[in-house]
Amino acid sequence: MPKRTDIKKILIIGAGPIVIGQACEFDYSGTQACKALKEEGFEVVLLNSNPATIMTDPDFADRTYVEPVTPEILAKIIEKERPDAILPTLGGQTALNTAVAVAEMGILDKFGVELIGAKLPAIKKAEDRTLFKEAMQRIGLEIPKSGLAHNRQEAMEVIKSIGFPAIIRPSFTLGGTGGGIAYNMEEYERMAIAGIDASPTDEILVEESVIGWKEYELEVMRDTADNVVIICSIENLDPMGVHTGDSITVAPAQTLTDKEYQILRDASLAIIREIGVDTGGSNIQFGINPRDGRLVVIEMNPRVSRSSALASKATGFPIAKIAAKLAVGYRLDEITNDITRETPACFEPTIDYVVTKIPRFTFEKFPAADATLTTQMKSVGEVMAIGRTFKESFQKALRSLEIGSCGLESRLFDLTTETRRALTGKEQQLLAEKLRTPNWERLWYLGDAFRSGMSVEEIFEKTAIDPWFLHNILQIVEKEEELKAIKDMVDDYGRGGSRTALTDLLREAKQYGFSDKFLGRLWGKNEEEIRQLRLSLGVRPVFKRVDTCAAEFVAYTPYLYSTYEEECEAEVTNRNKIMILGGGPNRIGQGIEFDYCCVHGVFALAEDGFETIMVNCNPETVSTDYDTSDRLYFEPLTYEDVLSIVDIEKPDGVIVQFGGQTPLKLAVPLEKAGVPIIGTSPDAIDRAEDRERFQEMLHKLALRQPENGTARSFEEAEKVAERIGYPVVVRPSYVLGGRAMEIVYDAENLKRYMTTAVQASPEHPILVDKFLDEAIEIDVDALCDGKDVVIGGIMEHIEEAGIHSGDSACSLPPYSISREIIDEIKRQTRLMALELDVRGSDERPVCRQGWGHLHTRSQSAGIPDLSVRV
Amino acid sequence: MKAILALADGRIFEGKSFGSSGEAGGEVVFNTAMTGYQEVLTDPSYKGQMVTMTYTQIGNTGINTEDVESAQLFLSGFIVKEYQDHYSNWRATMSLDAYLKENGVVGIQGIDTRALTRHLRDKGAQNGIISTIDFDHASLTVKARALPSMAGLDLASGVSCTKPYRWTQGLWDLANGYPDIEPKSAKYKVVAYDFGIKYNILRCLVDAGCDVTVVPATFPAEEALAMEPDGIFLSNGPGDPEPLLAVQENIRKFIGRKPIFGICLGHQLMGLALNGRTMKLKFGNHGSNLPVIDIATGKIEITAQNHGFCVDLDSVAEICELGHLNLNDQTVEGIRHKTLPIFSVQHHPEASPGPHDSQYLFGRFVEMMEKHR
Repeated sequence: MPKRTDIKKILIIGAGPIVIGQACEFDYSGTQACKALKEEGFEVVLLNSNPATIMTDPDFADRTYVEPVTPEILAKIIEKERPDAILPTLGGQTALNTAVAVAEMGILDKFGVELIGAKLPAIKKAEDRTLFKEAMQRIGLEIPKSGLAHNRQEAMEVIKSIGFPAIIRPSFTLGGTGGGIAYNMEEYERMAIAGIDASPTDEILVEESVIGWKEYELEVMRDTADNVVIICSIENLDPMGVHTGDSITVAPAQTLTDKEYQILRDASLAIIREIGVDTGGSNIQFGINPRDGRLVVIEMNPRVSRSSALASKATGFPIAKIAAKLAVGYRLDEITNDITRETPACFEPTIDYVVTKIPRFTFEKFPAADATLTTQMKSVGEVMAIGRTFKESFQKALRSLEIGSCGLESRLFDLTTETRRALTGKEQQLLAEKLRTPNWERLWYLGDAFRSGMSVEEIFEKTAIDPWFLHNILQIVEKEEELKAIKDMVDDYGRGGSRTALTDLLREAKQYGFSDKFLGRLWGKNEEEIRQLRLSLGVRPVFKRVDTCAAEFVAYTPYLYSTYEEECEAEVTNRNKIMILGGGPNRIGQGIEFDYCCVHGVFALAEDGFETIMVNCNPETVSTDYDTSDRLYFEPLTYEDVLSIVDIEKPDGVIVQFGGQTPLKLAVPLEKAGVPIIGTSPDAIDRAEDRERFQEMLHKLALRQPENGTARSFEEAEKVAERIGYPVVVRPSYVLGGRAMEIVYDAENLKRYMTTAVQASPEHPILVDKFLDEAIEIDVDALCDGKDVVIGGIMEHIEEAGIHSGDSACSLPPYSISREIIDEIKRQTRLMALELDVRGSDERPVCRQGWGHLHTRSQSAGIPDLSVRV
Repeated sequence: MKAILALADGRIFEGKSFGSSGEAGGEVVFNTAMTGYQEVLTDPSYKGQMVTMTYTQIGNTGINTEDVESAQLFLSGFIVKEYQDHYSNWRATMSLDAYLKENGVVGIQGIDTRALTRHLRDKGAQNGIISTIDFDHASLTVKARALPSMAGLDLASGVSCTKPYRWTQGLWDLANGYPDIEPKSAKYKVVAYDFGIKYNILRCLVDAGCDVTVVPATFPAEEALAMEPDGIFLSNGPGDPEPLLAVQENIRKFIGRKPIFGICLGHQLMGLALNGRTMKLKFGNHGSNLPVIDIATGKIEITAQNHGFCVDLDSVAEICELGHLNLNDQTVEGIRHKTLPIFSVQHHPEASPGPHDSQYLFGRFVEMMEKHR
């Protein structure tokens, strides 16, 4: 069945703002869908309120409504645009719920609009707990024992047959919002009532606990002719009990035999057919009892999800793009696999590497939040890493996280000096607690559990993490011991010692995923010294391709990852090329906007004829789509990993200023290593980011800023604060989105702050600014090419200064500032831009677009902050 | 312990030994299935071959007593990226390493299996040697070159059973394992020719309601007909179908007299018995993810495949039509006789390992027998 010709105009619903549980993966899916449908000649209308998305760029849809994603607005747009169909399955839960609401309002019937992808009954069957339970029973699948409750009385009745621990899941909420696990009646009562409040339908599902069971997810696709394929299987390292978005997950499934995997596959086919999702992608979660293999179905999403984004990046199969094409009538066998160009999309990708996803948390920003991981999602972003083995991909993922980790560091031991030792009573208690209760640091404590001599069996008993994963982590710890023991050999080599043995050991270490930085810690050397040692021994990574087919067919798409093996498939070109470093994981203060900038950077460079090379490790993004740039390296954004790519690609330029703080931090070291950083020079970035240097510049330009000072200890901070007077704003240098920024009103709080802040950023000093009461905060965006400065916009914050600009509402244009002040702001902005020479260092024409954005936050009394990036 | 894999064209891979030590040779092929190494190891079709799994972590689920496709291991070597000795699965009873040792299969791990796969893809399947005793590259290459080519080899006779036997085991499920099904309840009597048959084919036949008697490859057609079967089944098996001339002649005696269903080698033998031709593919299809379209219904099924030869449709076009088509390489995946109750497929509807999408074919065979009783 080819493309449908009875529909011409399709409305796509976006996901709206980023919230926990729904991040930029829906920009990725929506963008793919818009592109695919436009390619097919459909008129695309888009609704999305999030301006930081690629999909809302004017080029991606024929008509874009940047309006709230609500039923009322959607109804109005339908009335005005009269689309033939609505595609609701690519904008997350928000889009799905909004589509359901307008359907129930009768709007779709009234204007003759069809839901494509998933129809109303299918959505209801998947989302409504009772209907889903009945559907599963019809096809002979088990789900955990459960009951529904709509009020306190019902909740108390339901729990009688289920017992503790019990899981509370509110209906129709996102990322499990309002849910949790109750271990006793007191907790249960509190959570049940909160859950009923959180649900738009005042409904909760109370469920038998399958905590500790193995957890799996399958990504499924179906076409109009009822052909169904599985795109990817995912196994969670964290067993049932931790929301899958908060779990470390691995693809493909590792601990199932074929017979067991086929049970999941058969069940998935039966489920997508029974639920009746017409076309497109769905994801289905299963729990398996590790003792006897008993299978229960946990849930099904009749739409693409964050896991779909992960599965797409993990396999090279573009789920959202194919889902959009299936929604307009194509069959899977009518769509070609872009990567092989020869084979059709109706196949099941097979992979010859291991993919590990680790979520990124930001609990340090919310000290009052409960850091225990439960069925309610708490992570704000994620990273994915690819390696040929689990150990390699796991350690690559750890250093992708951007939290200062470069591997499986110890929380309890000093790895440089200590070998294994028994723990103190207090440490034992802490370790036991960290193992038993799921928390974001648990994976590092797993390493310490082994370092303290615990066995796989003991750790399994405490964590229920599958022994297979534990053995692999044990192998990493054992290798770490072995490597520590050869410190002398490393030192000897420097003095002309043996080469072969060291080469073999180093290569093995790299195959286990150890980073240069981590090895440096073990051997008392710095990262660059290890890199030089490694290069002198000829231990370099090769790059392999992600090709959907485990090399059975030729791959035409340079989607690459590094590993330490024999054959390199990079096949670099001799074109003029520019490399762009992406933004890494989403975190608070860094959402989708940096991906937006990177992608636009790529488009602009491509227009000017450059080969574009993208490096990023965030699977939710448009930048990591294999067709966004000419070449994609799915790699950690670290000094080591980026340099390895530079070594092989030899780009004409590397751009660090589009990806936010992550690549910016690499600017100076990369330049020192001889990498041609283009755009604003690392020195200019440093002058803007380094508070002391920034202050010097302001003095030079005779600009004012609030009284301030820099401190490297509590004593210094106290002195500064006394000089300028409380309250003061304190924060570490080189930070993002106000990470560890606080307003403190007295010395006691300053002391408390200094302990946490120094922990948050040990290598940089602390800034102390006078806090300006009742000041107005202004954001200025400007573009500079070294000669001219163009002011793009001036935004006035609605909240007073002190609320981080990312957290405050703002108005464009300013509404309460006089012409004179605006002119003064413009004058100061120009002065700074020209002084910093914010631009492309080599003045290529490519640098015009999106280049050298200057983002200035100025307060009426002065200019306390400036950052040179997009 | 060190181990080396040497290919006939001189390519060398150095790795570590696992499983048995020693030296073994065979045609090196790859399998892209991510699960099911135990089934691969026990599949008689791999007789004379050394298999590299493209998935990198092998050994994770150990070995259990259930996931076997025959009574022994037939392949001559096993090649993986990283062997995992620490298995984790509730059904596992021993490690893969111990299993290979027990069965004398030489293994090599720690090599760049993706480079090997790409090499085989580009240069075609070829012979190779795994050794843990001889580390001289030139000597190993000479040994690899001295191995006989798969084309023209009769391997099926060597793996077939020696005398007829009844099969009563049905399909596996999680709760009950393999049920033993009383033949009395079976409605259709099937004689299954064993050219290296996988147990799961027999289980599928039993599950579809057949009373199955397995007979050796050389079992005379007259004796089979004397058993008054409702249908004849031709199994999978290793190697080239062409040298099996007596078998082809034997099959001709069933044509027009009994419904026939063939799988893999059985499908190729069917083509030859119908006076068609087979040809060797550059690199066969070896995986669990291959799309096939059933021409009769237009439905796509994801299939398990393991073959290096295929039937040339043109050579049988007068009497047969295309039954199934491989959507990846557009090769013949199945043929259907235009007038007689005969059909055969190249892929493995019994899966194991692989998806169950094609199991309906056993039902189709049963329908055919019902119609021609």
